[in-house]
Amino acid sequence: MSTNAQKRGFGATLWDYLTTVDHKKIAHLYLIAGGLFFLIGGLEALFIRIQLLKPNNDFVSAGLFNELLTMHGTTMIFLAAMPLVFAFMNAVMPLQIGARDVAFPFLNSLGFWLFLFGGLFLNLSWFLDAAPNAGWTSYASLSIAQTGHGIDFYALGLQIAGLGTLIGGINFLVTIINMRAPGMTYMRMPMFTWTTFVVSALILFAFPPLTVGLFLMTFDRMFGANFFDAAMGGNTIIWEHFFWIFGHPEVYILILPAFGIFSEIFAIFSRKRLFGYSSMVFATVLIGFLGFMVWAHHMFTTGLGPIANSIFAVATMAIAVPTGIKIFNWLFTMWGGSIRFTTPMLWAVAFIPSFLMGGVTGVMLGSAAQDYQYHDTYFVVAHFHYVIVGGVVFALFAGAHLYWPKMFGTMLNEVLGKITFVLFFVGFHMTFFIQHFLGLWGMPRRVFTYLPGQGFETSNVVSSIGAFLMAAGVIVLLINVIITSVKNEKVGNDPWGDGRTLEWALSSPPPYYNFKQLPLVRGLDAYWIEKMEGKKGMTPAEPLGDIHMPNNSFIPFLISLGLFIAAFGAMYHGDEGNTWGIPVLIFGLLFTIGSMFVRSIKDDHGYHIPKEELIDDNDKGVKA
Amino acid sequence: MKRLAKWRLVSLFAILTLVLSACSGQPYLSALQPAGEVAKKQYDLMVFSTIMMIAVMAVVAVIFIIVLVKFRRKDDKIPNQVEGNHAMEIIWTVIPILLVLVLAVPTVSAVFNFADVDAMEKKNEDGSSDALVVNVRANLYWWEFEYPNEKIVTGQELIVPTDEKVYFNLIASDVKHSFWIPAAGGKMDNNTENVNKFWLEFDSEKADPDKLFQGRCAELCGPSHALMDFKVKALPRAEFDQWVTNMQNIKEPQEATTDLAQQGQEIFNQSCIGCHAVTPSNGTPADARMAPNLTNFGDRNIIAGYLEHNEENLKNWLSDPETYKPGNKMTGTYGELTPEQLDALTAYLMGLKVQGE
Repeated sequence: MSTNAQKRGFGATLWDYLTTVDHKKIAHLYLIAGGLFFLIGGLEALFIRIQLLKPNNDFVSAGLFNELLTMHGTTMIFLAAMPLVFAFMNAVMPLQIGARDVAFPFLNSLGFWLFLFGGLFLNLSWFLDAAPNAGWTSYASLSIAQTGHGIDFYALGLQIAGLGTLIGGINFLVTIINMRAPGMTYMRMPMFTWTTFVVSALILFAFPPLTVGLFLMTFDRMFGANFFDAAMGGNTIIWEHFFWIFGHPEVYILILPAFGIFSEIFAIFSRKRLFGYSSMVFATVLIGFLGFMVWAHHMFTTGLGPIANSIFAVATMAIAVPTGIKIFNWLFTMWGGSIRFTTPMLWAVAFIPSFLMGGVTGVMLGSAAQDYQYHDTYFVVAHFHYVIVGGVVFALFAGAHLYWPKMFGTMLNEVLGKITFVLFFVGFHMTFFIQHFLGLWGMPRRVFTYLPGQGFETSNVVSSIGAFLMAAGVIVLLINVIITSVKNEKVGNDPWGDGRTLEWALSSPPPYYNFKQLPLVRGLDAYWIEKMEGKKGMTPAEPLGDIHMPNNSFIPFLISLGLFIAAFGAMYHGDEGNTWGIPVLIFGLLFTIGSMFVRSIKDDHGYHIPKEELIDDNDKGVKA
Repeated sequence: MKRLAKWRLVSLFAILTLVLSACSGQPYLSALQPAGEVAKKQYDLMVFSTIMMIAVMAVVAVIFIIVLVKFRRKDDKIPNQVEGNHAMEIIWTVIPILLVLVLAVPTVSAVFNFADVDAMEKKNEDGSSDALVVNVRANLYWWEFEYPNEKIVTGQELIVPTDEKVYFNLIASDVKHSFWIPAAGGKMDNNTENVNKFWLEFDSEKADPDKLFQGRCAELCGPSHALMDFKVKALPRAEFDQWVTNMQNIKEPQEATTDLAQQGQEIFNQSCIGCHAVTPSNGTPADARMAPNLTNFGDRNIIAGYLEHNEENLKNWLSDPETYKPGNKMTGTYGELTPEQLDALTAYLMGLKVQGE
């Protein structure tokens, strides 16, 4: 079972990844799948920008444009940003708390395969029938009115992928509550673990409303229900509430881990502990809490009335306070520090002004009376790209460079990393800054074209050029990844030299059981404390003993596959003359339930790594 | 030295003014060139909050620059591990709270002001109101404007009096749309199941008869969402009243005057009248008004909501609506038109006027 065995064939490696329950390998899977969807979403964005390059352009048709904008948003949020965030959570969080794996390794794997099959299902819409075309928000009156199967792909695909996310969130919550190493109290947890913790709680509460909303839509579209049909006594505004009760926390689900990654980076590369750690924790929890109180600010123009609008306006603006606390804490983490401008640090430093820009426009949008002008214009497009790209995507790039050695044992090239940074950073501001003005000049969002003579031409050209610069940055990153993988120069435990938290005490990548002996944590920045006292590694908290490990399993793949099959049955059963829909739906569901049944009745106690083998490993590890 | 600084300041302001004027967009379309009370209040709020936000960003920028310049790594010393500073943390908690409160007051006051539609709710004995009310019904991809007090209907071109509050009832008949005239004020949604109400006001000084205000749909509603525009003509009250009277006087469809137009009217009566009315009465129920009312088509400034108002565009639109507005509901509801039929229809439609003479 030893995974650090010699080279293995492609088939064996593939089988290993298909069945793995190791959080580090699942992190690889999330990174690869999320990265792939990120490229697809980016390609869709480029098509959008080409279409808007000049007025009355006919690069794509109006209908195709709506599919592109819908799939761009849906892919980027659900299939790129979420899994990429999950990749880092999986790779780093268990190491940071000194755990050997997550609480439920099997569920961890199940979460990934559900996400992947959901994402595949959604993207198959490009080849079968038509892609969803009602926007990533899929507002009910429009989505119910659509003919064809586009919206069905959206509802079913997100349902399956969303289940995976929910399972992942619960798993992380349990892991952080139960599996912290001896001495790792809550207030000694690294900031990234804290944000993972809060985000997991947000997932737990935010995804059920989406699940319910998607089920109602599924029944409306495929099984003749009328939840959202106003003519039949339904109500479309309910969908807006469901969607945003999920959708607003969702943006915090994305941004909080980004805050976590940046908090780690600022501390590492300033060689200083995080300034105001406890207020950072407090701010994180407060943002998570307030995140549930503000969903209706997406609906200021829906007509909820002045009282609701005022309450939600004030609640929204209040979020600026904890976010402001964080910005100042990061600045003062660097203040008095010893700053080294590595690639991750460049992203982190650039994040502050970029995200601040998105933050201040967020306050302006929160002020409901002004929002009536901004709502559904390019001003909003600019705002949320400033927070999601300037916040989340910057963090994903920073995290990729920072944790690459911990995930793969090699360092990404710093020069190429900095080229990526410059191209992407310049391109990003070029693309989105001007869009604030486009919105104020009267350009609504989600328009497939615009007329000449309204003053939109130059700005749209600038915006499109910026998009291509961003694409160039991503290509350089890909080249960097390939070069690094081919060279395959392994690095040691703490390749950045200034690692502070537990993951840097382990080899890169860590052994499959993580910690031979669980470490004893003596304070915040546990590894830093030991280093400052001149020690090489962590003090063990337990004697060397056998390690209990879970067995690999193919069942998560099968459970997810069953739902994937069932989704096709549900979607096509209503077509005229369709006879196979219902049987396939039942077969798929039985397949899933059967797989779950096998999992339940088959005893799987895992296996033990004997003490002797660990001693052996130790000798080999010295070389690394 | 001082003088130089002064000159720099002047030129800086000159550049700033230039940038700002280039940055304010088209007067008939831009939220940055307010042409009415609502837009003006919103613009003032924007300016106020922008200044506030620039001040915040300036503070961050100063700290940011000092940090990046001063604290670069020079040696291998380990810096002092500072835990935090309570006084500073309290400062950067309290000041943002105060800023939010300062912005919250005008925001809430404006929200209530914009939602104040009491004047349209005050009904006279006959059910009408003293305030001017327009029922806006949004459809895939056209707009209907009904004046319930005046009992007339028009489409695609909203005609309103200047310098008074105009009240709107908003509803959608198929999917959700959103009614937005950027120069006059923010938007409000046309929902499918309930009526939303708000008001706008149009400034006579800003209302340009050559370049009408542009209105648009702001909520994704299908392929032609981008083309679901309309025009707003703001007239002095007397001219508006005249227009209403002219409209009200049309009880029967206007008879075409030339031979060609008469042929056109015959075609119209066979193929088009099922959906398009040419009398302005609001007697028919909303469900039965399936396409824009064309009573004053000849007076309008646009075809299909966004094309320039000329015969060529009209012919193009009539012969192939799908190309000009993908997904529209007119495509395929009538047979192919010959060039002669197009000429006749165009002559008839262009002659449908209520203004001017």
